[in-house]
Amino acid sequence: MRHVIVGAGPAGVVAAETLRKLDSEGEVVLLSSEPEPPYSRMAIPYYLVEQIDEAGTHLRKGRDHFEALGIEVRHGRVDTLDPASHRLGLGDGTGLEYDRLLLATGSHPLIPPIPGVDREHVHTCWTLADARRIAERAVEGANVVLIGAGFIGCIILESLALRRTHLTVVEQQDRMVPRMMDQRAGGLIKQWCQDKGVTVHTDTRVEAIDAGSGDHPLAVTLDHGEAIPADLVIVCVGVASNTGFLDGSGVRVDDGILVDRKLRSTVPDVYAAGDVAQGMDFCSGEYAVHAVQPTAADHGRVAASNMAGRPLTYQGSVNMNVLDTLGLISSSFGLWMGKEGGDSAQLYAPERYRYLNLQFEDDRLIGASALGLTEHVGVIRGLIQGKVRLGAWKEKLKQDPTRLMEAYLGCTQAIGHNAGVLRSA
Amino acid sequence: MLKALKLEPEKCTGCLQCEMACSYENTGAFNPARSRIKVFTFHEEGRFAPYTCTQCEEAWCMHACPVEAIVVDMATGAKNVLEDVCVGCKVCTIACPFGTVNYEQATGKVMKCDLCGGDPWCAKACPTGAITYVPADDTGMERMRAWAHQAPQGPASTNQPREKQVNVYMAGQQGSH
Repeated sequence: MRHVIVGAGPAGVVAAETLRKLDSEGEVVLLSSEPEPPYSRMAIPYYLVEQIDEAGTHLRKGRDHFEALGIEVRHGRVDTLDPASHRLGLGDGTGLEYDRLLLATGSHPLIPPIPGVDREHVHTCWTLADARRIAERAVEGANVVLIGAGFIGCIILESLALRRTHLTVVEQQDRMVPRMMDQRAGGLIKQWCQDKGVTVHTDTRVEAIDAGSGDHPLAVTLDHGEAIPADLVIVCVGVASNTGFLDGSGVRVDDGILVDRKLRSTVPDVYAAGDVAQGMDFCSGEYAVHAVQPTAADHGRVAASNMAGRPLTYQGSVNMNVLDTLGLISSSFGLWMGKEGGDSAQLYAPERYRYLNLQFEDDRLIGASALGLTEHVGVIRGLIQGKVRLGAWKEKLKQDPTRLMEAYLGCTQAIGHNAGVLRSA
Repeated sequence: MLKALKLEPEKCTGCLQCEMACSYENTGAFNPARSRIKVFTFHEEGRFAPYTCTQCEEAWCMHACPVEAIVVDMATGAKNVLEDVCVGCKVCTIACPFGTVNYEQATGKVMKCDLCGGDPWCAKACPTGAITYVPADDTGMERMRAWAHQAPQGPASTNQPREKQVNVYMAGQQGSH
């Protein structure tokens, strides 16, 4: 049995290792489109501030880790998939046959249709190669314009500010991290960043990137007419799944590759995982792309188990994220924007940059977002994914939303002398 | 045999000596804010519950880590954070459904229970036996009870508690002094 995995990000690597454990006889080939050993894009911001070197970004640290496990890492790009002959067409003209195939090709950064976006010194920040180029230009005192204040933009924002650049952030929506934070939290993040010396424009579009004059090679024109002289422009306006090579393959693609709860695509022996997969959303029951690390790891493990002939049904992923913007930590989980017919509990202390928003349906937590919360934050996932019935704890949480951990323990553990077993119904 | 921390909330008096011992052992200072074990307070009932990482089999934190900074200690089964490898991205803190991995702003790293390398100080410090370090199989019963407690609760099939005949001794009747 030959398992081929396309893509060496977290989903691909976790899948390869899981396959090796579950199918010791089979052949496992991991195909990477980048020249480096498998690495984590999540670690790039820490590479940019020189907290770690390139080796620090590697997903696995042991020398010959993959070789020792009998996982063959190959480098190359996939151009075509022919499911009928179980064959991939590679960029160098050769082919690669598989018995079972996992597509973990990830996503790519979107390029907005802004005039001048193709100029020199305009970069995305996605790969290690991008990071090297940014590190060269984003030196102390350089003028840097960051287009897009979504999750990725905000994570790089911190690195650029710590590199002591003159940073301007331009976001076309009405707040920062709009897909993760509501108006209140997004507003506090903006205030916080501005207090730290970062210029933030929301509700603002970039009209053009022109050639600059004087010492700065670029000039970024905003929709209100202001032109910002820039040495470096970084574009972070979102990502999209890498599915282009599937044209004509019969694999059904929507936002990503549609997969069932066994992570199978619509074509036999072809699975998908991670950023490229559109799998079940635990909270909504619908199918969505959740381009986040925990989902990639879960997908990789479940897909590999099914590929190895050990059926595992995925319960769906909770969309979640955690972000650090210059020391202000935010996180969001599940249906943080709430659900019709549900209710919520909120703590809002703008003077302390604290915010906690809990969303309920019936007496269950279905989503949350938080600002300035670092203690026991994961329990939010536990409460959502455990579908824990909060009972009387819901009212207590409405009075004090910070008592999440007590609510979890009170609902799931035996607390007290008689451990609640004699409690009447 | 692998050992595990057994936590029995019903025995906890909320003295917080576990938090003191944990923080001192792991950070060199008596600072409950930096303890990896926490005692949660239930004011309404006057109850307390110590809680920390159960070193769970699924190890959500470890699998979510993007830089392999959380590893299994083969001797104790604990999932340990390698501080020199951790970049402080905090993904493990949202991935752990038990809320037992915390980010520490002071160090820029995450922290969690590592069973003190097989000699947990919280257990040694606990004066009431609410925290003990016992063969891992023994903690299974507690988990079963916790799960049973979490299950949908219909009318209890146990008998209702009946009022008992209580003999009341008056102080004056007892002695002859």
